[in-house]
Amino acid sequence: MEANTAVEVGRLSRGPARVIGVARDTLAITRRNLTGLIRVPRFFVFTIIQPIIFVLLFRYVFGGAISVTTTGVPYVDYLMPGIFVQTVAFGSITTGISMATDVQSGMLERFRSLPMARSAVLAGRTVADLARTTVVLVIISAVGFAVGFRINTNVASFVGSLLIVLLFAYALLWVFSAVGLALKDPESAQAASFPVIAPLVFASSVFVPVSTMPSWLRGFATYQPVSVTASAARALCNGGPTLSWVLQSIAWTIGILLVCAPLAVWSYRRAV
Amino acid sequence: MGDAAIMVEGLRKNYGEVVALQGVDFEVPVGTIFGLLGPNGAGKTTTVRILSTIIRADGGHAEVMGHDVSADPVGARFQIGLAGQSASVDANLTGLENLVLVGMLAQIPKRLARSRANELLERFFLSDAAGRPLRTYSGGMRRRLDVAAALIARPPVLFLDEPTTGLDIQSRTELWEVIRELVRDGSTVLLTTQYLEEADRLAGRIAVIDKGTVVANDTTTALKARLGSTTIELEMGSEEEAIRSDALVGHVCTLANEVEGKTVRMGCVQGPQALIETLRVLGENGLEPVNLEVREPTLDEVFLALTGEHPLDGGSGPASKDGG
Ligand SMILES: Nc1ncnc2c1ncn2[C@@H]1O[C@H](COP(=O)(O)OP(=O)(O)OP(=O)(O)O)[C@@H](O)[C@H]1O
Ligand SMILES: [Mg+2]
Repeated sequence: MEANTAVEVGRLSRGPARVIGVARDTLAITRRNLTGLIRVPRFFVFTIIQPIIFVLLFRYVFGGAISVTTTGVPYVDYLMPGIFVQTVAFGSITTGISMATDVQSGMLERFRSLPMARSAVLAGRTVADLARTTVVLVIISAVGFAVGFRINTNVASFVGSLLIVLLFAYALLWVFSAVGLALKDPESAQAASFPVIAPLVFASSVFVPVSTMPSWLRGFATYQPVSVTASAARALCNGGPTLSWVLQSIAWTIGILLVCAPLAVWSYRRAV
Repeated sequence: MGDAAIMVEGLRKNYGEVVALQGVDFEVPVGTIFGLLGPNGAGKTTTVRILSTIIRADGGHAEVMGHDVSADPVGARFQIGLAGQSASVDANLTGLENLVLVGMLAQIPKRLARSRANELLERFFLSDAAGRPLRTYSGGMRRRLDVAAALIARPPVLFLDEPTTGLDIQSRTELWEVIRELVRDGSTVLLTTQYLEEADRLAGRIAVIDKGTVVANDTTTALKARLGSTTIELEMGSEEEAIRSDALVGHVCTLANEVEGKTVRMGCVQGPQALIETLRVLGENGLEPVNLEVREPTLDEVFLALTGEHPLDGGSGPASKDGG
């Protein structure tokens, strides 16, 4: 009987077969999520337009008033690595919205009744959104180059800066997956995410050097994850002391993942 | 593994303060259709969600094809297909993509999933819409696709939570036919519904559930007999005519007959036969009703008969507007 094929696969799902099963399910979910992103380009547009506006605003409107003479590079070279981090930070909010939509639409409920790898739902979401983030980051880099951004180190370091930002982005995707699963409602997920991410992006070294900030803010603004990652990306693009920033950024990424991945898994279990 | 496809024993579930299930028991033999009937909030969906391993019960025991749903949920998942109360489909994927996705996640090979998806789209009259995103589907089309998704892995046990809600009459009849076919091929179906008629047409056995407990569990025929299924209401020309008619035809139906003004009301087990007999007797005696009404029992009446209270006012007191 054909009905037994499913049962057979189920019996086989131990050891290496199980790993293949998880990979296959993750791939199926990833593909489903990417199809959604392509069919509803709203999220793409949202995550691209907004940083482009910031690039133009800070490059041409505020840039003239911001002094970065201490850094030894033109403001646009200071700005762009920060914009990379800002882009992924705001962009990751959409992950929470998507996750909450899946709870609301009953998709998670259906997934739960299927003999699939549970981890595939979260893995497939974060992998698909990491792919989206990569595309957005490449587009934003192109916009940067168009408005005068230049790499002061070398191409390999520049690629390294994108990678460190993507690594950080992946941690944020788990943060907002957890938020979306906990709130179970796309509007609330969006509303709750902005106040978390906005202070991190604005009270940071993304747009202006922290040396211009009041002393009570400087400590936070220097060592919080968005700033640290912006500093790491900036060092990789512009030169200067690099390793310490890169290590601090990786430490933040790992720390956030260690806290938020279990939190997301826990919320996933309780989401339906 | 006995003969039971589904076995439920003392199932309990609370949502915080709300008691959703307080000890539900029933068994469904392999190859049968079992109807779970009850008003809003009775606990039908909760029962289905526990059986399909979506949520865990707080107490009790449930098995699907011999797999304990809490101890061996993965084993149970290989045995079941679910069409939940709200259609769980991806609005951005096409009909075909939705079905293939569910098929793959049910661990059937992609090729097989694709060919079955096409068969199902045809069977549910969705072939023309197969390539369109679900966003563009009507409510009834989504519902049908959701049921199709439940069938893609050809699971031996199917849970259909109010599958015909929102379907037009034609789609409803077609879905009933699909369900009957499945059972003919050996599947077991647990179906929840608000419509007594639907349960009556499809299910061999019905459990009526109210406030988280099973208040009746019987074959449809036995239940109907107990509930005095059909009400025949005769409005006569005058009060004496009504009294005379009641004396003449009272023996035809014997369940809760009453005369109220010019109206004779009778509860009948065999509706059609009773109606023919009633009209024959009245005709022979030169009596003719001014108005004639035949009513199948509503779910409300089933509850009234079974629990002695109206399902919606939670037994807040005796019905007050009985007098004429
Ligand atoms: N997620 C939830 N949180 C809190 N209470 C819930 C939840 N789901 C169901 N309930 C409660 O549990 C009880 C049973 O609900 P259930 O959905 O099982 O009813 P139902 O018989 O399917 O009703 P309907 O015919 O309206 O679909 C209701 O009182 C409901 O309010
Ligand atoms: Mg329900």
